[in-house]
Amino acid sequence: MRILVVGAGEVGSSIAGSLSDGHDVIVVDVDPERVDSLTYSEDVLAIAGDGTDTDVLRDAGVESVDVVIASTDDDETNLAVCGTVDTMSDAFTIARVKNTVYLDTWREYEGAFDVDFMVCTDLLAAEAIVRVIGLPTAQDVDPFADGLVEMAEFDVPANSPIAGETVAEADRFDELTFVAVIPDGADHAEIPRGDTVIHPDSRVVVVGRPPSVREFARSIDPESAAGKVEDVVIVGGSKTGELTAAALANRGIHPRIIEYDEQRARELAERLPGATVYSHDATDPEFLSREHVKDADAVVATLGSDERSLLAALLAKREGAERTIAVVEQMRYVDLFETVGVDVAVNPRQVTAEEITRFTRERRAENVAIIEPGGAEVLEVEVEEDSVLTGRTIKEVMADLPDGVVVGAITRNGDYVTPRGDTVVDVGDHVVAFVQASALDEVTSKL
Amino acid sequence: MTLRVTWRASASLVGTVLKWMTVPLLLPLGVALYYGDGGIAAFVTTIALSFTVGAALERLGDPADLGAREGFLMVAATWLAVSIVGAIPYLVAAHGLPGIAAATSPGSTLGSPVNALFETMSGFTTTGATVMGDISFDQHSHGILLWRQLTQWLGGMGIVVLAVAILPELSVGGAQLMDAEAPGPSLEKLTPRIAETARALWLAYAGITAVEIVLLYGLHHGGFAPNMGLYNAVAHGFTTMATGGFSPEARSIEAFAGVVQWVIVPFMLLAGTNFALIWQALTGDTDALFGDSEFRFYTGVLATVTALIAGLLFTGPTLDVVVGPIAGELESSLRHAAFQAVSIVTTTGYASMDFAEWGAAGQYVLFIAIFLGGSAGSTGGAVKMVRWLVILKSLKRELFTTVHPEAVRPVRLGGRALDETAIRGIYAFTAVYFVLFVAGTIFVAVDVTRIPETLSALEVMSAVAATLGNVGPGFGAVGPMGFYEFLPASTKLAMVGLMWIGRLEILPVLVLLTRAYWTS
Repeated sequence: MRILVVGAGEVGSSIAGSLSDGHDVIVVDVDPERVDSLTYSEDVLAIAGDGTDTDVLRDAGVESVDVVIASTDDDETNLAVCGTVDTMSDAFTIARVKNTVYLDTWREYEGAFDVDFMVCTDLLAAEAIVRVIGLPTAQDVDPFADGLVEMAEFDVPANSPIAGETVAEADRFDELTFVAVIPDGADHAEIPRGDTVIHPDSRVVVVGRPPSVREFARSIDPESAAGKVEDVVIVGGSKTGELTAAALANRGIHPRIIEYDEQRARELAERLPGATVYSHDATDPEFLSREHVKDADAVVATLGSDERSLLAALLAKREGAERTIAVVEQMRYVDLFETVGVDVAVNPRQVTAEEITRFTRERRAENVAIIEPGGAEVLEVEVEEDSVLTGRTIKEVMADLPDGVVVGAITRNGDYVTPRGDTVVDVGDHVVAFVQASALDEVTSKL
Repeated sequence: MTLRVTWRASASLVGTVLKWMTVPLLLPLGVALYYGDGGIAAFVTTIALSFTVGAALERLGDPADLGAREGFLMVAATWLAVSIVGAIPYLVAAHGLPGIAAATSPGSTLGSPVNALFETMSGFTTTGATVMGDISFDQHSHGILLWRQLTQWLGGMGIVVLAVAILPELSVGGAQLMDAEAPGPSLEKLTPRIAETARALWLAYAGITAVEIVLLYGLHHGGFAPNMGLYNAVAHGFTTMATGGFSPEARSIEAFAGVVQWVIVPFMLLAGTNFALIWQALTGDTDALFGDSEFRFYTGVLATVTALIAGLLFTGPTLDVVVGPIAGELESSLRHAAFQAVSIVTTTGYASMDFAEWGAAGQYVLFIAIFLGGSAGSTGGAVKMVRWLVILKSLKRELFTTVHPEAVRPVRLGGRALDETAIRGIYAFTAVYFVLFVAGTIFVAVDVTRIPETLSALEVMSAVAATLGNVGPGFGAVGPMGFYEFLPASTKLAMVGLMWIGRLEILPVLVLLTRAYWTS
C-alpha cells in the first residue's frame, strides 16, 4: 500500500517508521528540518510543504495513495487535510484529533468531515489508563459496541482458582462467554467446549458485559484483584485527566481529582458529576495526608508537564498509594519513569501511533481485535437484511457457518443480550463474534 | 440630581396596558347585562376611565426608550395601576353615581377605598384574602363578583406577560419585563421570539382553565354538583388556575360536594407547576415535566404534607364541623388533607373546610406550608420550590466543604451546575423574604392594638405570611371563612404593599426604593 502521512511530529514519525517496513510511506511536513532528518532516519519519502495545499498533495502523489493519515498537532489542519484529500482522491482518510467534540460528531454522523477513521489522542490515553486501572490482571482489553461489550484476554497463573477447572466450571457468569483458550505454547487459539480444561499458564479470551468481565478477572486472580479498585486519585485536571475521570465514572468508580487552578477545577466539577474535585497544590504533603491519598488504589498523574507529573506520582507513591500511573508527554522518558518508581507510564502519542498503525494494517471498517498467536479475530458486525443471521436463531445459523466461530455477545438498541442457542438475531443488532483465522473469509462474507 | 430613569417611557406603557384593560372589563359588563342585577354603570364608568387615563398616559413618552431600569418601573407601576383602576367597579357599586345611577350594593364593605384597593390587589396578585364582608348575590351583583374572579385570572399568568403576548412594541424589551414579573429565579424562553413564548404560556393557561370549567360544569350536568352551575364553574376555573382562591361562595369550596373538591385538587397542582414544563409536556416532551427536579421535589413535598395532615386528621379527635365526620374516615381525612395541603402549598387559598377547627399540630404544619410556594414559572407565590431545593442542596454542599475545605463542588439542579451568583441571589431573596415577614409581623402586631379585637400570634403571623406569599387565608379570624375587614386601615394598606411586593418577587419593587436606581 501507498500511505501518505501529513505531519511528522512524534506521532507522525512514529507511524511512518513502523509502517515503512511493509508499505510505501510518503511524509509531508511544513518544517524542512524535520523533513531532512526524517529522510535519513526512516526509509520514507519526505516532502516539505503544507498538507492542505493541493499542489503539495499532488506532488506527494495523492491520487495514487491508498491511505492518508493526518497527524499534525492541530485538529483543524487534520480535518482540512482529510477534506482536501477526499475531494482529490479515493484514499481512505485517517485523522488524529485532540478535541473530543470532533470525535463525538464523527461517531454520530458517519463520514463527517470526510474522515473515514478518527482517533483522539487524549481519549486513547485515557482509555489506556482506565484499562490499566480497571483490570490489573488483564493482558488486553478492547471495548465493543460503544463499550457495552468488552473483550479481555487473561493469563491464568498456576495458583489461580480456575487453573485446572473445565470451562463449564469456570464460567459462573451469565453475561460472559468464553470465546477462546490458548494453551501455553500453542500457536493458535482454540474454541473451548464445556469440558475443555483450563490449564495453568494458558490464556483465555472472554467476551461479555464489562461488570461480568471484571468479576471474572477477580475469580482468576483473587489476590491481585482482591482489593477492588474503588478509590482513584487523579492529580492534574488536564484533558486526559478529565477523560480518564469520565471513563472511570462510567464504570462506577468515583475518582477524586486534584487541580491547582481554581477555574479549571470548577469547570471539571461542573462537567464530572461523578467525581470529587479539589482545588489545591497536589505537591503539598500536608494536603495529601489530610485527604488520605495514601489509601488510594491508584494515583494517576496527568499534570501536563512531565517533570511535575513525575514529582506528583513519586510523592503519592511515598505517601503509600498502591499503584501510580503517570502520563508522559515525551516518548523517551517512558522507560525512565518506570525505572525510578512509577508503576506505569502512558505516552499518549505512542498510544495514538499504535492505534493508527494497527488500524492501517488491518484496514477494516468494523471494530476488530486481533488475537495473537494465530491471527484469529474478535469482530463486531451490525446485522443487515442480507446477513445469514437475520431472523434466525443462533443454533440454526451455526449449522450454516464453518467451524471456528463463537458468538460472544449481542447488543440490541443499546442493551446487552446474552446469546443462547435459541436467541433470534434481528436486523440492526450488533454481534460480537470470535472467528478463527481459517474461517475469516467465509464468515465475514456471510455475516 | 438628575434622574437617570426615562420614567415617561414606563408611564406610556402602563397607559397602553390600562387602555387594553377595557377589553377584559367587557366580560363582567356582559354578565351584568345578562343578569340585570346591577353593575352596568360600574363597568361602563371603569371602562371609560381606564381608557381615558390610559390614553393620556400613553402620550407621556415613547415606549421605545424602555430599558432595563424602565422595565422594573413599568412592571411595578402596572400592577399598582391596574389595582387602582380595578377597584373602581367596587366603589361605584357601593356608592352609585350621584344623579346618574343608584348604588347596587349599598352598605358594601368595599365602599371604603382602602377596602376596595385591598380586594383588587388581593385579586390581581392572586392572593385571595378578602375584605368583602358579605359574599352573596343578595349583596353583590353577578357582574361584580365575576370581576373579582376575573382579576385573579388576569393576574395569574401575569398582566405583563399578557401584554408581551399581544403588544408588538414589547418584542424587544419583553424578556426583561417578563423576567421582572415571572415567579422564580429565571425566565425560560420556549421559542426564539419572546412574544411567542408569552402566547404559549397564556395558551396553556387558558386551555387548562377551559378544561377545568368544562369538567366542573360536567359534574353539574351529571348531577354530582347541584350548585356548580355555569357561573360557578367559570368563576372557580378562573381562580384555580391562577392559584387565586376567591370564590363567589361564602364558604369557599366547602359549599361543594366531595367530588368537586377532588376534581379541583389536580388543577391546583397543575397551577403550581412550571407552565414552561406543562407547555413542553403538551407538545410531546413529557420527560421534561416528569424528569424535572423541581417538579419531583414539588410533588414529593405535596405528598409528604398531605400524608402528614391526613394522618393527623384520621387519628385526631372528632371535630365539631359542618362537613361531616373526618376522624376515622379515610376518604374524608385524605380529601381534606390533600385539598388544604395543595391549596396552601400552591398558594391558592381555597378551603374545603375551616382548618381553624383542626388540632394545633395540623394548623402548624399548614402554617409552615404557607412559606413553601409553587414552582418557578407557575402562577403560585411564596418562596417557591426551586429556591428551597437549591438552599437544601447548597447546605449539603456546605457540610461537605467543612470537612474538605479544598473541594470544589457545584450545586446541581437537574444535572446542570448552578452559577454561584444565582445561588447567592436565591439566598438573598429568601433572606429578604423573611426580613419582610418579620418586619410586617411586628408592624401588624403593634398596629392591631388600636382595634378592640385581640389577635393571637398565629393569627398575626399567618395574616402577614399569607399576604406576602399571595396565599390568602390565614388562621383564626383571618382564616378561610373569615375576613381581613376588621383590621385597621393602616394594616390593610401595609398588606396591599406586601401582596404587591410578594407577587413581583420583592426585588423589582424594592429596587425602586434605592437611590442608585434613580440617579446613578
